[in-house]
Amino acid sequence: MLGLPIMPDSASTLSGSVDTLFLVLVLLALLFAVPVAGLIIYFAVKYRRGAAVNRSNAPIENFKLEVTWMVIPLILSMGVFGWGARLYFDMFTTPKDGMDIYVLGRQWMWEFKYPTGQRELNVLHVPVGRNVRLTLISEDVIHSFYVPAFRIKHDVLPGRYTTAWFQATKPGTYHLFCAEYCGTEHSGMLGSVIVLEQKDYQAWLDQNRMNTGGVIAENTSPGTQTAVTAPTQTMAQAGAQTFQHLGCYVCHRPDGKGAGPSLVGVYGKPVQLANQQVVLADTNYIRDSIIDPNAQIVADYPPIMPTYAEQISEDDLLKLVEYIKSLGSGTEAPPEMINPTGGMPQPGGSSGNQGSGAQDSGAQGSTNGDSGGSDSSGNGNSGTQGSGGQ
Amino acid sequence: MSATAPALKIREPSYINAAYTAKSWLLTTDHKRIGLLYMVAITFFFFVGGLAATVVRLELLTPQGDLVLPETYNKLFTVHGVIMVFFFLIPSIPTTLGNFLVPIMIGARDMAFPRLNLASWYIFMVGALFAIVALIGGGVDTGWTFYTPYSTGFSNTQVIPMAIGILIAGFSSIFTGLNIIITVHKMRAPGMTWFRLPLFIWSMYATSLIMVLATPVLAMTLVLIAVERTFHVGIFDPALGGDPLLFQHLFWFYSHPAVYIMILPGMAVVSELITCFSRKPIFGYKFIAFSSIAIAVFGFLVWGHHMFVSGQSIYSSLIFSSISFAVAIPSAIKVFNWTATLYKGSISWDTPMLYALGFIGLFTIGGLTGLFLATLPVDVHVTDTYFVVAHFHYIMVGSAVLAYLGGIHFWWPKISGRMYPEWWGKVSAITIFLGFNLTFFPQFIAGYQGMPRRYYAYAPEYQVMNVLSTAGASILAIGYVLPLIYLIWSMREGEVASDNPWGATGLEWQTESPPPTFNFAETPIVTAEPYQYNPDGTFTPQTTLSVRQIKKEVAA
Repeated sequence: MLGLPIMPDSASTLSGSVDTLFLVLVLLALLFAVPVAGLIIYFAVKYRRGAAVNRSNAPIENFKLEVTWMVIPLILSMGVFGWGARLYFDMFTTPKDGMDIYVLGRQWMWEFKYPTGQRELNVLHVPVGRNVRLTLISEDVIHSFYVPAFRIKHDVLPGRYTTAWFQATKPGTYHLFCAEYCGTEHSGMLGSVIVLEQKDYQAWLDQNRMNTGGVIAENTSPGTQTAVTAPTQTMAQAGAQTFQHLGCYVCHRPDGKGAGPSLVGVYGKPVQLANQQVVLADTNYIRDSIIDPNAQIVADYPPIMPTYAEQISEDDLLKLVEYIKSLGSGTEAPPEMINPTGGMPQPGGSSGNQGSGAQDSGAQGSTNGDSGGSDSSGNGNSGTQGSGGQ
Repeated sequence: MSATAPALKIREPSYINAAYTAKSWLLTTDHKRIGLLYMVAITFFFFVGGLAATVVRLELLTPQGDLVLPETYNKLFTVHGVIMVFFFLIPSIPTTLGNFLVPIMIGARDMAFPRLNLASWYIFMVGALFAIVALIGGGVDTGWTFYTPYSTGFSNTQVIPMAIGILIAGFSSIFTGLNIIITVHKMRAPGMTWFRLPLFIWSMYATSLIMVLATPVLAMTLVLIAVERTFHVGIFDPALGGDPLLFQHLFWFYSHPAVYIMILPGMAVVSELITCFSRKPIFGYKFIAFSSIAIAVFGFLVWGHHMFVSGQSIYSSLIFSSISFAVAIPSAIKVFNWTATLYKGSISWDTPMLYALGFIGLFTIGGLTGLFLATLPVDVHVTDTYFVVAHFHYIMVGSAVLAYLGGIHFWWPKISGRMYPEWWGKVSAITIFLGFNLTFFPQFIAGYQGMPRRYYAYAPEYQVMNVLSTAGASILAIGYVLPLIYLIWSMREGEVASDNPWGATGLEWQTESPPPTFNFAETPIVTAEPYQYNPDGTFTPQTTLSVRQIKKEVAA
């Protein structure tokens, strides 16, 4: 296969390593298959019935030979296993730095959400040479996010975030397939990943940032590629609005004096539960706490939160996750808060200082309260939260 | 040849002409007749499944979907998978050749539980009836894997009748497995020690262990699917509070060992054929015997290798990957020992041997590509692509069906009392081998290029490989139809077979062709190791004595 034009495009930092391992496997396979096939043909011809050859003292067992052909393949295969395991770790360990993109799969389309607020259907624009961290979730059945040119594939599950990442190395347009059978139009659940040079990507972002014309009509027929939907606010800002709409802020006050724990700085930190367990507050923890709040009760708080499963979409959940992330984190750098509307302060940094996080969050809360005021004037409590924070 | 025992040949009606009525077939407890009942049923299903595959391959001739609707296409590949796996491959060798041969090979008059044996055929047919009802009622579009939550909450097709059909057929599998295990333990003729058992028996025994231990998990999983689908109890669907990965764990806990249910019997047949047509004792008998057991045991510990991209813990994936490499070793042992058996043999190229040699070739390719899939990062790229499709067809179709056909040809004289036409046999064996490789080898390439499986329409760059594949499938179809025609023809017109046309050592060849109803006129006494072949054509059969002879001598 070496050199033949049957190898697919190779366009990520890992695709070359996967190909190398694959070609080594091809060579090892030939190392076994060719002698076996050769010997079978050679013996079948040489010792064919009627041929005058020496058949005396034919062996019927040989312990040393048996051990040899057990041990050699075992050693070789364990070597391949180790090599593969190492590369698999690289594939499945999300890098610390990079840009986040949220991926929603549904029958039969892909939706990509940028923290900066842009939204695309079936087309994903990414810059070359930058780690892209994907958080994937399905709204219905299991899908699978597969970009052959990047050699990455990851199932997209309903009810649970999974993560994947890649770093594209070559500008171009690449296939995105759904690789897990998902119903009638499974083979129409297609998309493209468009890899742009850094400056082109920046231009693309700017172009879609200036376009504040609101939501472009969704075209939901499968396989149709629609234009990017330009943002009016970041995901975190939208999440802050949802936080208001659903009344989350009533209990989850930034000072922790509400009926529920404060969410400031909780993302990425260990959480002490009432049942003595300690869990990491990752994206799935946040999601589960909204959908099934009583499964994991935070220590020292009463189990009174109702489920929001019926009232919230996966889309809103992602916004809430992004909002809570933006409230500061102890371990990770904050998500990039490129602000299209210009008025938003940067959230608490990675210092992990609870006090300053609360300060920032309070400020943010009031900012969001202002920006979302026309929508959420009915509850009118945003000011309370803001002052609570200060 | 002179060593055969004429004393055992007492002219009496064979199992075929003992009675002619339909009742005598449908209510028979004779393991040989039950084997034939199964053979008729699974042959029918093989061609039903093959028909579905034919339409699938024709649709894939062009990148755009133009022959059938996408709904129809999805039902066709589901029908193909469900029928071929549950109603052809799993029962194939164990219920036909296994039923026919296990008692005769160990010198027994019948299975340990003859009526249970008949019952398992009826249970299989009731399961098959549900499957047919599901097909006539509109079919199923979930794929043979029934992944949740699609199968429980989204598919509007006949999932429950099909699940019930598979569940019922599973019980037939369990009963056949139980029957074989107990028969091998309790019914061996005097002198038939464990290490005198033909390797066919060792493999069938290992297969039966898997059938008995794994199938209940499938039954349970299918019941859970029906419960969630009907009563909306949250088990697998996260919208109801379930976990879709739980389904995958349960499903593959059965379905990976099920692959060994399909391939171990193939290895069973090939071990018999290689040694007989090489006129040499099999090389490394004990290693082949125990490798079957090792495969059965390790086969239970690798199911998670179907889930490397599913979101299971990466540490689970590491463990499943390493054990998957380990399970390849016993398979490699078999291939090496078969190859070594040929050395200094006296090899004839009769049809069964062509099938056996073809099996080794295809199994080697299928097995080695299995290691590609066990390699974690390579699997991430090629899982759920045509690479996987090609891999498991090399094992389950290439190898298992080649072995099944090789076995049918080898034992045809014993089963029917007639010889198959040798020239046509060779033509079909070579046609199938070439057609198979042309069908499935291009799919490895299409898969590595990234073509996902279960795609009704595909990107144009994959068309070349798909055209090759469809061309190969046409050749393959001819190869499969030929034996159906000439074997049926030979039942009336074929040359009458002698009792032991191949000069083989097993007990089944020391009785008549076809055997009498209770296999042996007198209980044989096993006096020799298996496979005592000599390159000059002579051999030592496993029995030269019967219990009655001994009694006579003692009386005298």
